[in-house]
Amino acid sequence: MSDATQSGPMLAADGTPLKKSLARSLRRRKLRALALVAPLLLFVLLSFVIPIISMLFRSVENGIVSETLPLTVVELQHWDAESGELPDEALYEAFVRDMVVAVDAKQHTRLGTRLNYEQTGMSSMFRKSGRQIKRIDPEADGPFKDKLIEIHEGWGDVDTWRVIKTHAVPITNGYFLNAVDMQRTPEGAQAQPEDKRILIKLFGRTLFMSLIITGSCILLAYPVSYLLANLPMRASNMLMILVLLPFWTSLLVRTSAWKVMLQQQGVINETLVWLGFVADDARLVIINNQFGTIIAMTHILLPFMILPMYSVMQTIPPYYTRAAKSMGATNWTTFWRIYFPQSIPGIGAGSILVFILAIGYYITPEIVGGTKGVFISNRIAYHISSSLNWGLAAALGTILLAVVLLLYWCYDKIVGIDNVKLG
Amino acid sequence: MAALTPISRKPLSVVLPAVAIAGGFLGMFVGAGQDNVLLGILIGAALMAGLAWLYINVLDNERVARWITILGLAAIGFFFAGITGLIVGLLAGWFFAFFIFWLYEGRYRQKLLPYMTAGQVLWHFTFRVICGAIFVFLITPILVVLPLSFNAQDFFTFTPEMLRLDPEGYSLKHYRDFFTNNEWQRSFKNSLIIAPIATIISVSLGTLAAIGLSQSHVPGRRAIMGILISPMIVPLIISATGMFFFYSDIGRFLEGTLGMNKNFVGYVKVVLAHAVLGIPFVIITVTATLVGFDQSLTRAAANMGAGPVRTFFKIQMPLILPGVISGGLFAFITSFDEVVVVLFVGSASQKTLPWQMFTGLREQISPTILAVATILVVISIALLTTVELLRRRSERLRGLTPA
Repeated sequence: MSDATQSGPMLAADGTPLKKSLARSLRRRKLRALALVAPLLLFVLLSFVIPIISMLFRSVENGIVSETLPLTVVELQHWDAESGELPDEALYEAFVRDMVVAVDAKQHTRLGTRLNYEQTGMSSMFRKSGRQIKRIDPEADGPFKDKLIEIHEGWGDVDTWRVIKTHAVPITNGYFLNAVDMQRTPEGAQAQPEDKRILIKLFGRTLFMSLIITGSCILLAYPVSYLLANLPMRASNMLMILVLLPFWTSLLVRTSAWKVMLQQQGVINETLVWLGFVADDARLVIINNQFGTIIAMTHILLPFMILPMYSVMQTIPPYYTRAAKSMGATNWTTFWRIYFPQSIPGIGAGSILVFILAIGYYITPEIVGGTKGVFISNRIAYHISSSLNWGLAAALGTILLAVVLLLYWCYDKIVGIDNVKLG
Repeated sequence: MAALTPISRKPLSVVLPAVAIAGGFLGMFVGAGQDNVLLGILIGAALMAGLAWLYINVLDNERVARWITILGLAAIGFFFAGITGLIVGLLAGWFFAFFIFWLYEGRYRQKLLPYMTAGQVLWHFTFRVICGAIFVFLITPILVVLPLSFNAQDFFTFTPEMLRLDPEGYSLKHYRDFFTNNEWQRSFKNSLIIAPIATIISVSLGTLAAIGLSQSHVPGRRAIMGILISPMIVPLIISATGMFFFYSDIGRFLEGTLGMNKNFVGYVKVVLAHAVLGIPFVIITVTATLVGFDQSLTRAAANMGAGPVRTFFKIQMPLILPGVISGGLFAFITSFDEVVVVLFVGSASQKTLPWQMFTGLREQISPTILAVATILVVISIALLTTVELLRRRSERLRGLTPA
């Protein structure tokens, strides 16, 4: 070391080359940082990311037909669905063998429920036939074709077998087709009958109402943020409390407050009747419809618009507008050409945030939305807890998730995840 | 500077119409109480404009004028609507005495820039009125819930007794119901069990991860950050759907294979689900605190012989503690307020307070909800104050100027 003329790599105190030593220390620091992050990352991956991914799989997974009716599915391969003729005896025999096993394991009602999503009446057909097929001995009681048709005439219907054949695949796009008001048929994807098309409309309504909510949030948040950003610090801090208090108040408190205010006998209607603006028998219907959802959600999401707008407007230097005015610009020109363009990042950040939040809202539409003011998320909840069509719920959720992730990607491009601020 | 703006008296043609409009607005409410809105508006406008004319041309003594207005309007108010009217009259009188001279003496110009045109001045005040209306919109639902929770009736509107400020109209019976009703108490207890445990999990794991993420050479920092923040981005209904499928499998495994108590497993599921939802808030607040953290302090500690653990607890922890606590409060309120996920993942024995409120709002809506809502508002005010104080303390500790 003391030899100043020594050529070759520079050495660290312990004699290893400095470069190597630095690399080792860097590696060690990286590992330590990763070790600190690892427990949480594992936890989030296990209990959040994996459940979401498994939900995505559930939207295409369709093993139930081929698992419950393995022999039938093989036989169905040979049957030409286009011929318009009933399948032959071999298939009926395979079906009876499958069903006897399924009825023992009580799987046939589940299969019936599954197929009922595609064609109404399947559920009761499987349930009713199950009881009688149980008594048939698959070894002795052939031939089965006429016997089955006698048990339930549905087994003599070509459409029944066509539906089973169509949905016998283990991976299906059927749920996604259902989610966009189409159905899987032997002839390929086709539109649902007119009276069953509700989901596209619901998606449209969700987007439309989220846009209206975002728009009204912009309208209400802009003046307030401007005022907050231009008042002296003391005054704006005091007024900020009025923004933060609703932000911190429980969502259910705010929703119940709106329910109380908007009711037929609620505070708003009572006041209007008292002032004589509306007649007592013509009270405004402002709850359980779209208007109720829009006004309640605008109120709930308004702080999410004000906070990003405010933080952007705070950074706009006041001398640009003064300069514009000193050069003869009118008030409107100054605002529109100088101030407004500088505040656009705030509007963008707030709008995307509010839109993302609005599009997946569940609680508020459920309580104040009635039937006309509900969102796609209410439909998902309905399929999870009431109709138990989990595949369709998962497909709807996947579509919604895709939309949100796309928006989130835009948000990241415009604002950056690291710039998310709270309070 | 602004106070130097010269002010001058304004002509009556400006003052009288403005006062008349305000008077008409007040008259509308008095008229509505007497079932004749139009007459109320006309009388109110005429009375106030007349008063203004009198004060300016005859009396010309502001102090006397103020007392005449306040007492006069209070008397009128008391005549029409009792105690409530008296209070409203006092406030209105104070306002009009101020308003008339504020306009007449031109005091509204005092704090504005001297070169502003009349139109700009008008817009300045109109803008403030608009903002005021939006602030009222923001705060009304809360202001309506507070008094209604003391309603003696089972209604959701202000009864005549309440408007008359009659003590008969108010009672604590909804609060009594909340504190004695078994279902509300059980759900409250559940919330108090679930939220703190979930908070502890998300704060301890989240703080460690935020410290790891704040170091300079973390491979894949953006991707990791994205994953950790994702519970906040993904709509709750989708998280709930995913967790519903996942946790029912987990629950079956824990109960069936490991033979655990069903009730216990239910709590574990809800606590884990809530812990995940709280994590993004902890990560964001702690990372924000660490941005201002001076890394040379840890180097100095190491230089003087402290090990990493000792450095963490003696140097780093006290400095980032305010951020950790406010992250914890965010996580707590997330869990305490959460209803969608618990609705899907939990079973009836894990019913939390928001869940109970949700079913109450959907099915048998009872005024006890308003009492609960008031209690929750008080809790959130307490939390908000704590977070704000912590933020100031943190900025002071880190030597930033208090903003």
